[in-house]
Amino acid sequence: MALHDSQIAGALTKASVLENLGAVRAMIRRHKRNDIVFAGIGLLALMLGLLTLLTLFIDLVMDGYPRFNLQFLSEFPSRRAGSAGLLSAWVGSALIMIVTFLTAVPVGVAAGVYLEEYAPKNWFSDLIEINVSNLAGVPSIIYGLLALGLFVYGLDLGQSILTAGLTLGLLILPIVIVSTREAIRGIPVAIREAAYAVGATKWQVVSDHVVKYSQGGILTGVIIGMSRAIGETAPIITIGALTFIAFLPPSPISDVAPYLNFEWLSSSFTVLPIQMFNWLSRPDHAFHINAAATGAIIIMLTLLMNGTAIYLRYQIRKNIKW
Amino acid sequence: MNTATNMLNHFTTLPISPRLAKNIRRNFKERIIELILMLAALSAVFTTFAIVAILLYESFGFFKTVSLIEFFTGTQWTPLFEDAHYGIMPLVAGTLTTSFVALAVAVPIGTITAIYLSEFASHKVREIAKPILELLVGVPTIAFGYFALLFVTPLLQKIYPGLPGFNMLSAGLVMGVMIVPYIASVAEDAMRAVPMSMREGSYAMGATRFQTAIRVVTPAATSGIVAAYILAISRAVGETMVVAVAAGQQPKLTFDPTEGAATITAYIVQVAMGDLPHASIGYQSIFAAGLVLFALTLCFNILGHIARKKYREQY
Amino acid sequence: MVNTSTPLKAESKDLNFFYANGHQALKSVNMPLYENKITALIGPSGCGKSTFLRCFNRMHDLYPGNKYEGGIVMHPDNTNVLAAGVDPIEVRMRISMVFQKPNPFPKTIFENVAYGLHVRDEKNKRVIADKVEEALKGAALWDEVKDRLNDLAFNLSGGQQQRLCIARALATDPEIMLFDEPTSALDPIATANIEELMSELKNKLTILVVTHNMQQAARVSDYTAYMYLGELMEYGDTDTIFTRPTRRETEDYITGKFG
Ligand SMILES: Nc1ncnc2c1ncn2[C@@H]1O[C@H](COP(=O)(O)OP(=O)(O)OP(=O)(O)O)[C@@H](O)[C@H]1O
Ligand SMILES: [Mg+2]
Repeated sequence: MALHDSQIAGALTKASVLENLGAVRAMIRRHKRNDIVFAGIGLLALMLGLLTLLTLFIDLVMDGYPRFNLQFLSEFPSRRAGSAGLLSAWVGSALIMIVTFLTAVPVGVAAGVYLEEYAPKNWFSDLIEINVSNLAGVPSIIYGLLALGLFVYGLDLGQSILTAGLTLGLLILPIVIVSTREAIRGIPVAIREAAYAVGATKWQVVSDHVVKYSQGGILTGVIIGMSRAIGETAPIITIGALTFIAFLPPSPISDVAPYLNFEWLSSSFTVLPIQMFNWLSRPDHAFHINAAATGAIIIMLTLLMNGTAIYLRYQIRKNIKW
Repeated sequence: MNTATNMLNHFTTLPISPRLAKNIRRNFKERIIELILMLAALSAVFTTFAIVAILLYESFGFFKTVSLIEFFTGTQWTPLFEDAHYGIMPLVAGTLTTSFVALAVAVPIGTITAIYLSEFASHKVREIAKPILELLVGVPTIAFGYFALLFVTPLLQKIYPGLPGFNMLSAGLVMGVMIVPYIASVAEDAMRAVPMSMREGSYAMGATRFQTAIRVVTPAATSGIVAAYILAISRAVGETMVVAVAAGQQPKLTFDPTEGAATITAYIVQVAMGDLPHASIGYQSIFAAGLVLFALTLCFNILGHIARKKYREQY
Repeated sequence: MVNTSTPLKAESKDLNFFYANGHQALKSVNMPLYENKITALIGPSGCGKSTFLRCFNRMHDLYPGNKYEGGIVMHPDNTNVLAAGVDPIEVRMRISMVFQKPNPFPKTIFENVAYGLHVRDEKNKRVIADKVEEALKGAALWDEVKDRLNDLAFNLSGGQQQRLCIARALATDPEIMLFDEPTSALDPIATANIEELMSELKNKLTILVVTHNMQQAARVSDYTAYMYLGELMEYGDTDTIFTRPTRRETEDYITGKFG
């Protein structure tokens, strides 16, 4: 090998490539071998993520297999692993998602619209922007501490569905804001000008055109945000969610006027990932089976949601008309 | 006379003509809407402010009992014991150890993935790979916690029979895989921002793909790649469920990944799971721990932000 | 008219080139490249000059879907550099290129020039240092940078960066050097520097240069080729092309009536 190198050095200093073709070709072959080796390693590195995801999913499905039945969804948690179910957890998750959706979407979209369409480019918009990008990087457990201090004790909302929903709403706010802004940015100025030209006010332009045409992009961000919220565990634990809830919150719909009922907002709750964490923390292996089954359900839910969002975004990019 | 009154009438009614009134109403409405939208945007500022305020407020109560010196130099963390000690170091050590293991996995693999995607993969492979990486980011961390505790740890125990059931190694490894997509996507972004003319310059010298990637593209994208690493550190430090499930709950001043130890985040989870009275020292201690965590991640996020901005301005 | 006593370094034979989108950018181009001479390539924007130049070192191979037909034969070994069996990397080790906009690497001045040597596995520090000095002298940059070889290349002026890129290409002793509008981003003084440099370089190697500047073509080149819409319209020694072009289009273009 040493001889080899010195031969090539000779090729460079004394003679042209042509006079040393053999050595040069050998060197090129060696270099190209590196290309192939690296491409192989790169593909492996890329596959590692996919393989882990696959292993994880298969592991959960295989471990949790005995609990894949409707009873698992219709039973309350129980001291006996075999008859414990997810009823209160999935109902809790669903109700919290409603609160999260109703807070994060209007506020996030409004904030995104403001930053893109209204905000003057000065220190004020910079301040907001820095905060949004900073919030996106704050660990989720810190949101839990915020909620514990502010919602649970400060505003005295207690360890309730409302508290949890608001917390997750704040958590996904940056996601909704950023995706709203990106979607709006994709709309050409020409469309705005066309609307202004027929005498529309700013708000008419924004609500009738800008927001309308960016719906798809906004929806993508909302789905990704909601899927993140469904799987979040740390902030909800920090609020102090109970893990053993053998009852359902009061129904949001009642049969007497006004047919809607808001008591459920102040009810205590549990959610899917917390139920999973609780079962996972028990030493008894029988509960681990429940945890696995719950994990499989959560993963399926989030993969489905994220997959939908990615597909949606792909479709939007493909169908861009301008 | 008639015309005069007419004119007078006309003159006096002009300022409140229906059209103008409508305009005023319209302007007013536009103003209100803008104000509402601005308030929504300000919610981000408010949230940051609230986080800082709450953490500081509750920590303030904590530091009335505990001296800063003890907090930062003490080597025992047992706020809930009879004989309470308040040295944050064991939690910091746990956090650093798990993060280090995670980065030892995520930095090389994430970087290689980024180089591969940006310089080697065909358009088609990239189109398939990137959504998959995104899906990986979307997997809830509690599921990775399960994986670390009940899949990776038993596997590792076959290799090191002495490994405890709760250990930082397994949590760190799984966290590393979790972080790979973050590094890969930020670093790949930075590498693709390197102008094609620079690559052409290298290829024109007879360089191969690998040589071009390593000797030209990677150095050209340094600040972006560094940003990716810094953001990854911030993720690792703030990650909660994997360590809470798999790394153990016992605060322990050790940097040995084969041992179990609590991280800052795991401690917060552990305390929150119990039923601590509001305003007790244990309750305040999680805010003090949270303040340290927040400060750490904030530093990394700011550094990462600066590095990222630098590469965006560069090309 | 063409001096046949000068040896041929390369020639394109019935060269057709198709971009990935199917656009045929070169149509049956036949053109010689004489050894130790400068050949200038002129023609209106979009006529295919860059495309032609980049065939020589197979730059088009970097982008999938591009297709060559015909050949570019190098002498004295009679290798068709476009042949499927020929490695583009080997071709690029023999044929260097200087681009329109200076494109130094994000490295020091020294490392930029040494790049080709590193790529060729040269490890001997003495050899590298000597070669770098020689190349920088050859590119008339040595005196300006000899005290700051470890500065980043980005800190040089535009004209200096372009000479650095020439030094980078020179350091590996290429047989042919391709220049694609090397002075279009430079001021008149830097342009004059580069032109002088090219005239000196031709003692060592063969040069093919694309230019939009008629005076430049007239000043530096020995032969001139006029291209139009992917075809080679006229080729001859520079004096003839500029004083007595045979085709009307060439004359119109040169005198600025067109293009
Ligand atoms: N990547 C590409 N794909 C498809 N067509 C291309 C591509 N690059 C160039 N072309 C087309 O090929 C033709 C020749 O382009 P080329 O860049 O060779 O022109 P040029 O003579 O160098 O022009 P200029 O003087 O402006 O640099 C043009 O019609 C151009 O539009
Ligand atoms: Mg050109």
